[in-house]
Amino acid sequence: MATKVVERKPLSLAERSYLPQIVSGLRVTMKNMFKPPVTLEYPDERPDIPPGYRGVPTLVKDPDGREKCVSCQLCEFVCPPKAIRIIPGEIPEDAETAHVEKAPEEFEINMLRCIYCGLCQEVCPEEAIFLQDIFSVTGTSREELVFKKDKLYALGGTLPDSHFKWEKKKSAELTGNPHH
Amino acid sequence: MSEGQEDKRIPIFVDDEEVKVDPGTNLIEAVAQAGKEVPHYCYHPKLSVVGNCRMCLVEMGMPGRDRATGEPMLNDDGSPKILWVPKPVIACATNAAPGMHVRTESPLVKECREGVMEFLLVNHPLDCPICDQAGECRLQEFATDYGRGYSRFIEQKNVKPKRTRLGPRVMLDDERCILCSRCIRFCEEVAEDPVLGFTDRGSYTTLTAFPGKELANNYSLNTVDICPVGALTSTDFRFKMRVWFLKETDSIDTESSVGCNTVVGSREGKIYRITPRRNDHVNDTWMPDSGRALYKEVEAENRLAAYSIEGRPCGPDEAMSLAATLLKGHRVAIVGSGRLSVEEQYLLRRVREAIGGGPPTFLVGRTGEGDGKLLSADRNPNTRGAILTGLIDELPKEDLHDLAHLIAEGGVDTLLVAGEDLTMAGVTRDQLKRVQIVYMGTHHNDTSSVAKVEIPALTVFEKSGTFVNQQFRVQKFAQAVPGPKGVLFGLSNFTRLLDTLGGGKRIAPSPANVWAEMSGDVPEFADLRFEDIPRTGSVVDDARFAHLPFPEGPGFHFNPKRAETIAGA
Repeated sequence: MATKVVERKPLSLAERSYLPQIVSGLRVTMKNMFKPPVTLEYPDERPDIPPGYRGVPTLVKDPDGREKCVSCQLCEFVCPPKAIRIIPGEIPEDAETAHVEKAPEEFEINMLRCIYCGLCQEVCPEEAIFLQDIFSVTGTSREELVFKKDKLYALGGTLPDSHFKWEKKKSAELTGNPHH
Repeated sequence: MSEGQEDKRIPIFVDDEEVKVDPGTNLIEAVAQAGKEVPHYCYHPKLSVVGNCRMCLVEMGMPGRDRATGEPMLNDDGSPKILWVPKPVIACATNAAPGMHVRTESPLVKECREGVMEFLLVNHPLDCPICDQAGECRLQEFATDYGRGYSRFIEQKNVKPKRTRLGPRVMLDDERCILCSRCIRFCEEVAEDPVLGFTDRGSYTTLTAFPGKELANNYSLNTVDICPVGALTSTDFRFKMRVWFLKETDSIDTESSVGCNTVVGSREGKIYRITPRRNDHVNDTWMPDSGRALYKEVEAENRLAAYSIEGRPCGPDEAMSLAATLLKGHRVAIVGSGRLSVEEQYLLRRVREAIGGGPPTFLVGRTGEGDGKLLSADRNPNTRGAILTGLIDELPKEDLHDLAHLIAEGGVDTLLVAGEDLTMAGVTRDQLKRVQIVYMGTHHNDTSSVAKVEIPALTVFEKSGTFVNQQFRVQKFAQAVPGPKGVLFGLSNFTRLLDTLGGGKRIAPSPANVWAEMSGDVPEFADLRFEDIPRTGSVVDDARFAHLPFPEGPGFHFNPKRAETIAGA
């Protein structure tokens, strides 16, 4: 195979002195020294979570403190990795929210299975499950990472109910359009 | 169907497509035979037609005939002229007539359905997330298929009583009720216990039980099944599991020799409910309430789930070999059960033959009062199976005093008990203690507690097999859930015991294989293969047993051949 000899240009004086290269390199260094940093000191500093972020799924209560979940089990059905497990239960007839009739007896999300897809939030007819801004889940055992109902409510807190479906229902029962 | 009946069928035209139906068929069934659907709520194939839901409106027309000459009227192109009824008719109350034309998809029909759906949804609560019917709700289905898709209703919905207890097993939510009256008609016509009715008028119409009455008959849960919406719910199944999770398995009700066809709903090895399965030859679409609670025996506290020798847990092989030692060469008596499947009874007979010496065999009879419907006097699901397979040759007695006598005389060393508690059948604990007992059964009881060898067995929900009901109809049931951990699969308990006893040719522990064995042994089963038994069952010849005085009285689809004899006896 034929070889081609490439002519090598001799270096100029400036190039041979390396000085221009050092200066341009230092310019980049200096520029970055005085620019605000782009990294975060992670455990001490936390990033701003944009709206719509899909973090840990949580259960929320309405402003009256009523648990919104009625254990319809649609999230359990739709969950692709089958992370959600619900045992439905009945609200006793003497409870304040007896008109809702149904609430979860136990609600588990296995965070080792969860893939943060957000389908549970999407499917929920009661707007009771939300993927909020928690992005870091740690634990020291498998059991600890199966989130139970109380933990899910502690993480979820309270979110405003935009429909007040059940409040409307209760007020209708008390006042409106009575059956005679 | 004979040839003569075939000829009687009449042609009708569903959306211009010809289909032949039996005369007298209503249009809902006729259209269904054409492979189309007429949505309906109040119509039920096994109840009378009232036509109050108006959902099944269709357009109907007949070919015109000239009044003067009787000649068919023709269009200009020579096709017969159809005189359409100017307004839609309800398909449930219209019987097919020769040449009738039906439109099920015309704009008018669509508009009718949208209108009816809108009216039904006006006062229907948005309860679907908490409603047990969601997923099998006709209102949900038809709202998606035939509804308008949006609501124009801005007024306040009517408020009606919710969470009303209609009876011990049925809850009523009046807001969800669409007033189809199926439950009312069921109570009147099938259960013959009319306790339900409507009160008030118009949109305030409310379903209630008559004052001082409650829906407590043994067929009350059928109203829950036929309720097209979630107005009637079962207190047992209420809020337990959403129906879309349930795996449905065909099974048979074991509480009596009627053998109601059932569907077992289970999820992840746990049974949640039992509902009837339509079989027009046995139970139509009904079943007694008492049969629906039988799944609870699967997870009962006293469930026997481990092989053991004198209370010490052991492996199946150890238990089988000790059982074989106790049975072989000793004076043995066998107690079978009318609750075992046909296959198990046959294998028990083979075990008896392998033991040799013709050990006396007993079956525990169970009788109760038949209700003339779907609960017969014989409370064993499979007495006829035991007779067909040759396990016993006369009807079982409730009291096994012959056996008690035999034990008292010291004529028995070993007792092989399959699935029965002998202390309930007239044998005392003291008598049982005098013999070595090999107990095969599903639950702990007084017999198993004095048994030498305990062999855990599977309930009807945990195995496949067949029962023979009062009509000598062989009916299949399938395995719904796996058996308890460690219990041998299917018929293995019996086939292993047979092998250990040296029963000759080995039989694989599946019903199909046992049927292949049986067909050579039992003349009635000669032409029948397990695989060929249809879902509705297969009736076998009962001529050989015509002399036996079976206890059953008349019931649904059953008239005992010996009714006069029994009445005379």
